[in-house]
Amino acid sequence: MHASVRPAVTVNITPSQTGAIGREMTAALPMRMTVGKVNFFYGPKQALFDVSLGVATSKVTALIGPSGCGKSTLLRTLNRMHETVRHARLEGEITLDGQSILAQDVTQLRRRVGMVFQRPNPFPKSIFDNVAYGLRINGSKLPISEAVEKSLRHSALWDEVKDHLHKSAYELSGGQQQRLCIARALAVEPEVLLLDEPCSALDPISTAKIEELLVQLKDLCTLVIVTHNMQQAARVSDFTAFLLTGQLIEFSPTPQLFTTPGDARTEAYITGRFG
Amino acid sequence: MSPRLRWRKFVSGFMLTMTGVCALVAVSVLFFILGYLVYHGGTSINWSFFTKLPKPVGETGGGMANAIVGSAKMLLLASLLGVPIGFLGAIYLAEFSSSKVAFVVRYAADLLNGVPSIVIGIFAYSLAVLPFKHFSTLAGGFALGLMMIPITLRSTEEFLLAVPRALREAAMALGASKWKTIATVIVPAAYRGILTAVLLAFARVAGETAPLLFTALGNRFWSPGWNQPTASLPEMIFRYALAPYEDWHRQAWAAGLVLLGLILVINIVARAVLARGIAVPRA
Repeated sequence: MHASVRPAVTVNITPSQTGAIGREMTAALPMRMTVGKVNFFYGPKQALFDVSLGVATSKVTALIGPSGCGKSTLLRTLNRMHETVRHARLEGEITLDGQSILAQDVTQLRRRVGMVFQRPNPFPKSIFDNVAYGLRINGSKLPISEAVEKSLRHSALWDEVKDHLHKSAYELSGGQQQRLCIARALAVEPEVLLLDEPCSALDPISTAKIEELLVQLKDLCTLVIVTHNMQQAARVSDFTAFLLTGQLIEFSPTPQLFTTPGDARTEAYITGRFG
Repeated sequence: MSPRLRWRKFVSGFMLTMTGVCALVAVSVLFFILGYLVYHGGTSINWSFFTKLPKPVGETGGGMANAIVGSAKMLLLASLLGVPIGFLGAIYLAEFSSSKVAFVVRYAADLLNGVPSIVIGIFAYSLAVLPFKHFSTLAGGFALGLMMIPITLRSTEEFLLAVPRALREAAMALGASKWKTIATVIVPAAYRGILTAVLLAFARVAGETAPLLFTALGNRFWSPGWNQPTASLPEMIFRYALAPYEDWHRQAWAAGLVLLGLILVINIVARAVLARGIAVPRA
């Protein structure tokens, strides 16, 4: 990151930065999740500064920004995965369906807000058992094999694996493993699916498949995706948030953010001048 | 070829030979011991060795059935004591404890691991023999169990810590509690290593002699129940090897061969079990 783009003063979201059209659009949409004035600390180091945004229901919200800007941190607060890090501290308010997630039982919350990670991380189990895992630990009453098939169909993996469901998940290719992880997350029927750079370890063809999948998944749940890849954000998302050094610089409908950015730093970033 | 290149080729060849020779020496020690045991003890291994009691001094023949059973009983007790404590302790260390506590426990376990086995024997003697005023299978198992704890604990902890963080996160992100994550993902992912560790601990104490001299003492007859002195293979090897009879020497070699054979069989069986299931690929 270039030193000169570091903001000297704290930036708050103002109408001029989010864009009037963006505000109208977001205001009209139902919000699955909201983030209100979140400050986040790793020990003494502050990683997020007064971040506020809404995650629209059944839309894809992308978080973009250079490395270390806090986009993954913000994503992880949405299902409280940040609590696995020692000395991490969160201030502010995050809601899911209007209720604070911070007061809820964390295991219940994570069943409703699923997550897919940067690198495919299937369990050392069979393909079937991977997808069934969430159902089993939650004592689901649903018939498991039907739920597994459904999830694998949703993640566009069914046709490739239906004849060897009991093979090791590690026998799949990287892209298939990542789709398996998406199926695993979908099996518990989450309301929100968080994706932390889900394609960064994949080749372009696998990436294209996953992007295509994400757009289809909108019908099933609300998606939040962190990505390094601005073209990817432009292709799959409805709303994009641009973060820089822990601050939300701009949050607008995706076409608007990429065509008429409201902030000079957003423009500098999306045109590739830094990051 | 320049002298410089020739020199480099020579060094490369020399080092390759050295590493190869060392690897060969490392494995040949095992085969040498095995061969030696077979050579000296092979002739004494027959059906009666496994089924008969030792013969009185002066008579040839007889067997070590009581020692084989005695060893098996004490190793069972030792595993019942050492494996659960080591395993559960390792889970606490790897998953729950603060780094300070973990450091202290780890250090203590390493020290315990380094305590000479004869000292463990004296300790077990004062705790499990003196109060009851007699030697017993229980006391022997107790002494061996104590020795299994630190080995199991330390190696299990290493294998638990080696489970990738990504797998823990995957489980937790699906709404698994900490205990569910440990029971359904972390331990299954580490179980091959844990089983290997338990086997190593088992093999290590199976051959221990010193702690048994103070606790199980030895016995030339059957030892019914758990409360009487019992014979064991290492203890028999010790006594028979010191005795001035040719036939006993041969039987001591045979006992050594049987002990090694048992450990080998257990290892092979366990590895056959390990070969099933799915391993986490190395990163």
